[in-house]
Amino acid sequence: MSPHLTFNLYSDVHQLLAYQFMVNALQAAGIVAVTAAAVGWFMVVRAETFAGHTLSMMSFPGAAAAALAGLPLAWGYFAFCGVGALLIAGSSRRGRPRSLSRQSAVVGMVGAGALAVGYLLLSLYGGVLESLETLLFGSILGVTRGEVLTLAIVGVCAIAFLAIVGRPLFFASVDRSLAAAGGVPVGVLSVAFLFVLGLAVAATAQITGVLLVFALLLAPAAIARELTPRVGLGLALSVLLGLVIAWVGLGLSYFTNDPAGFFVTSIALALFVAARLVRSL
Amino acid sequence: MGFFGNALLAGSCIAVASGLIGYFVVLRVQVFAGDALSHVAFTGALAAAAAGLDLRVGLFAATVAVALALGIAGGARGAGAQADDATIGMVFVWVLGLGVLFLDIFNTGASGANGTIAARTLFGSIFSLTAGEAQLAALIGVALAVALLAIARPLLLASIDAPLALARGVPVRALGLVFLGLLGLDAAEATQAVGALLLLGLLAAPAGTALRLTANPYRGLALSALIALLAMWVGLALADLVGTVPPGSAVILVAIAGYCGVSLWDGARVDGARGVRSAAVDTIER
Repeated sequence: MSPHLTFNLYSDVHQLLAYQFMVNALQAAGIVAVTAAAVGWFMVVRAETFAGHTLSMMSFPGAAAAALAGLPLAWGYFAFCGVGALLIAGSSRRGRPRSLSRQSAVVGMVGAGALAVGYLLLSLYGGVLESLETLLFGSILGVTRGEVLTLAIVGVCAIAFLAIVGRPLFFASVDRSLAAAGGVPVGVLSVAFLFVLGLAVAATAQITGVLLVFALLLAPAAIARELTPRVGLGLALSVLLGLVIAWVGLGLSYFTNDPAGFFVTSIALALFVAARLVRSL
Repeated sequence: MGFFGNALLAGSCIAVASGLIGYFVVLRVQVFAGDALSHVAFTGALAAAAAGLDLRVGLFAATVAVALALGIAGGARGAGAQADDATIGMVFVWVLGLGVLFLDIFNTGASGANGTIAARTLFGSIFSLTAGEAQLAALIGVALAVALLAIARPLLLASIDAPLALARGVPVRALGLVFLGLLGLDAAEATQAVGALLLLGLLAAPAGTALRLTANPYRGLALSALIALLAMWVGLALADLVGTVPPGSAVILVAIAGYCGVSLWDGARVDGARGVRSAAVDTIER
């Protein structure tokens, strides 16, 4: 019996959970959505959207390198994003003033370069045709129990980090110099946050694919920021929205047989536009 | 001419056009527009594929339409006004999501689907161009280069000192629109060579390198085209010699290696774009 959407929510959920692969996918997406939404909220507050974008590009060569080396893909994602985050932190800390046009040229090169290396590694691996679309745009099939467990551990660590340093981190994000004067170690915090951002991006990329990370990392946070300036409420709203985007997107993909990436990004944009409209009323 | 000759012909013309246009893209800080066009190129090509049309129809239609829309929207909001990061990120990711839908429609369609279309549109497939396609690509590349050179002088002035250009009677807004149109055409062209995801590298790397080497805008323009051409040749040769290396990746990595080499060699001695502003005004005044 092929699944079909009904107006009976109970029956829909029952059909969704009928197969183990779908249960795995929903669990993984849920874990990733919560982690990405919470980390993403701080990313938006700290105006580090660009770092998130660069890190998501870096996860592609990471996964390809792991495939080439015969290691689990997750190792590649986490290793490249973690190291990439530290590199970004290092290069921005030196803080030599650069001209706007050179900076933008470098931005273009870093993104294109990371994707070029990833594609090169994937070609050397020889598995281009099967894995390229999965790496770039995600796949809800084939999430194993082990992967769900890995994602859960990383997610718990990221959330724990935010829970512990959330208050000083927010302080440092809003007014860096005042926080520094108040004894907050702003330098260490910003490096640590970039590292956690790297982990969150790596986890998200495994579910949404490298190119669609922003649907879960940026969208919930951006929508929440449109709706409320409050910290606790904003974070909670962001997490809730992340779960809605991820699960409804996966569910629609399951029932319609169209790719999850399309639904996830479309729901994200629709909610964002709606939030904009609500705010401008 | 074999497949390599076709690739060389098309690639050379595309490289020169991208080098020239890329110089202005970097000088005018419009890398963002290039990024937008790369996303749209992917979705446009796959929309055409899903509809059973030639990929190039979708490529050119989508990139030129979006380039002009960007120009008009930018003009309407006043110079320098740009949407915020969040909006840009959301729209870009949605465009890619739409592309995924078209990809799926194409792959499940009955029209002789093959698994390589995503790789071809995202990372280029210059070695699979036929002679006719290569000649057309070369023709468009040359036309783009000529068109850009024709407007290079006023465009340069408009890019570095818009008020002065306006005072001199240069139609700054119209020029900006024409330039974005050229950029759109070039993005569609370059997608065939290095793919939608990598075309930003072909625009940014040679231009960035040239800006580090010289502050003279005309020399920089020539240098940017030359570097792009060299990167294309070396990249294509590498890809041809080592069969598993994809040509798109090879070209972009050579171009970026060139930028890194120049950065290490001259340190921060020349800061092109800043120098260009003063040097260019002198050059044009003369």
